[in-house]
Parts: sequence; structure tokens; C-alpha cells
Amino acid sequence: MWLPVSDPEFFARVSPWFMAMPHSRTLGLQLLAASRRKVVMGLPFREELIGNPLKRILHGGVVTSLIDTCSAASIYTLLDAVEAVATLDLRIDYLRPASPDATLYCEAECYRLTDNIAFTRATAYQDDPARPIAHGVATFARSPVPAAVAGAL
Amino acid sequence: MSPHWQVNSIAELDLLLQTRIPYAALLGIRAHAGDDGEPLFLLPYQEANIGNVQLPALHGGVIGGFLENSAVMHLLWAREASELPKVVDFSIDYLRSGRPQDTWARCEIVRQGKRIANVLMSAWQDDPARPIAQARAHFLLA
Repeated sequence: MWLPVSDPEFFARVSPWFMAMPHSRTLGLQLLAASRRKVVMGLPFREELIGNPLKRILHGGVVTSLIDTCSAASIYTLLDAVEAVATLDLRIDYLRPASPDATLYCEAECYRLTDNIAFTRATAYQDDPARPIAHGVATFARSPVPAAVAGAL
Repeated sequence: MSPHWQVNSIAELDLLLQTRIPYAALLGIRAHAGDDGEPLFLLPYQEANIGNVQLPALHGGVIGGFLENSAVMHLLWAREASELPKVVDFSIDYLRSGRPQDTWARCEIVRQGKRIANVLMSAWQDDPARPIAQARAHFLLA
């Protein structure tokens, strides 16, 4: 069931911050949708992101970055104040190669949030969500950020 | 472009990283020879690889991509693959925040069968005994 993010004002304030991370900009990540627990991001195809030049397949590391960023972002749909989330571990299954010239999407869900830990799962796909490119699960550690940093956001 | 991925030296591996793998060139990854003769991979610090600007810290996805790429290159160097190995699964533990400085990695082929290889990877900054991340992956060898 679709629900709005927990605190729309907060999410609108914090989401530009993680989309502006230098590496997010380097990759060209786009935030496409957010709802309670879930975020969808898109990564348009670029030649610089290729891992196999003969087949023009995206590098696995690009898929890793997309899933990591999208999974972390999904946690913020459940928060109402700035805090740090650090990836503890991330496991990715590469189900099929990504086709060249097509946008890669990622839908991530924070399916469990405790006082200290966030649990996420994510799927990366291109044209058809039913034919995923990769599946990822991750855990994140939650921690407070210094007031000075929180105030800057 | 040559369909062959034969690598005869770490210098050739270093050249391949800079010229034939666009994403490795984007991250700035290089290969050096370690004291034991095995390749050491270098992720030179660059601002584009930052995730959290406030800390600042390297992007977790960059560290993951760096390690995954290192494993592929290590397999080519060890001649366990004549084509680019395909990653099947990849699992990473982030142990410490990646500070804005150079990062190193080394790999170990744990088991290599006819079609599948299992590789361990470790990334560190100042001290190999204090890794910032450790990963393991399976690769399909063509």
C-alpha cells in the first residue's frame, strides 16, 4: 500500500542533500519517487559507467553504488530529523547483465527500522521490474549527527 | 578493440585499467606491484568519489565498486580468466569510514573451479591491519 513519507517537509529538505553528494552527481543519479519506506532512483546510461567495453555492459560497481545510495535514501522516508546512516554490510546478487543505452532504475525499501539499525532490500531493473538486473540487501547503523552538521542542512 | 583480456604483467594490468575499463578510469583506479609480487590496487583520492560531504567520507558504492573491480583484475592477472569474469554475487562489510585520502586493496583467490571463482578483497588506507572494508564475491569465468 502506498503511503506518503513520514515527514514530507523533512524529506523535501534532506533529499537534495544526498542527491548532491559528489559521487551521486558523478554517476548522474536521479530521485524519481519517494513514499513511506520506499524510494525509486534512476541512473541514465553513460559510456563512462561501462565495465565491459566489448558488450557495453554497466560495471557492477555502478549497480552497487545505485543500490547503496537508494537503500540509504529509503531510510529517510521514515525519519523526521537529520541523522547519519552508515552502511554496515551490503550483499548484491547480479541476476542478469544490464542492457546498454537504457536507464537503470532502483527501488529500495526500508522494511525494518529499529533504534539502532535499518534493514533494507532493493531491486535494480531496466524496462521491466519483473526482470530485475540485481537484488540487494543491506543493513545500516543509525547514529546522531553533531548539531552543527544538522543545522547546516 | 581486442576481444582478448590476456595480461602478462602488473604494468599491463595498470594500462588496461586506465584505457579499457571506463568505470575504472572514472574512479581513477590504478595497479601497483606489492612486495610479494601480487597486484595492489590504488583508488587515488578524488573529490568525485566522496559520498558524505560533511564528514567527509568516500562513497560506500565507490569502495564497493573499487573492490569488485580489483577482484576482476586480480583474476585476469592470475590468468584464471581469458575473458572478463562476470560477477555473480558480491557481499561487502564496511568496517571504518573511508577518509578523504588514497585507498588500497588486495585480493585473494580462495577457491577456483572450472567455472566459478571465489575471491576475498580487503581495502585499507594507512594500515592493512585496519581495513575500511572487506568483501567476498563469486565470479563466473568465461
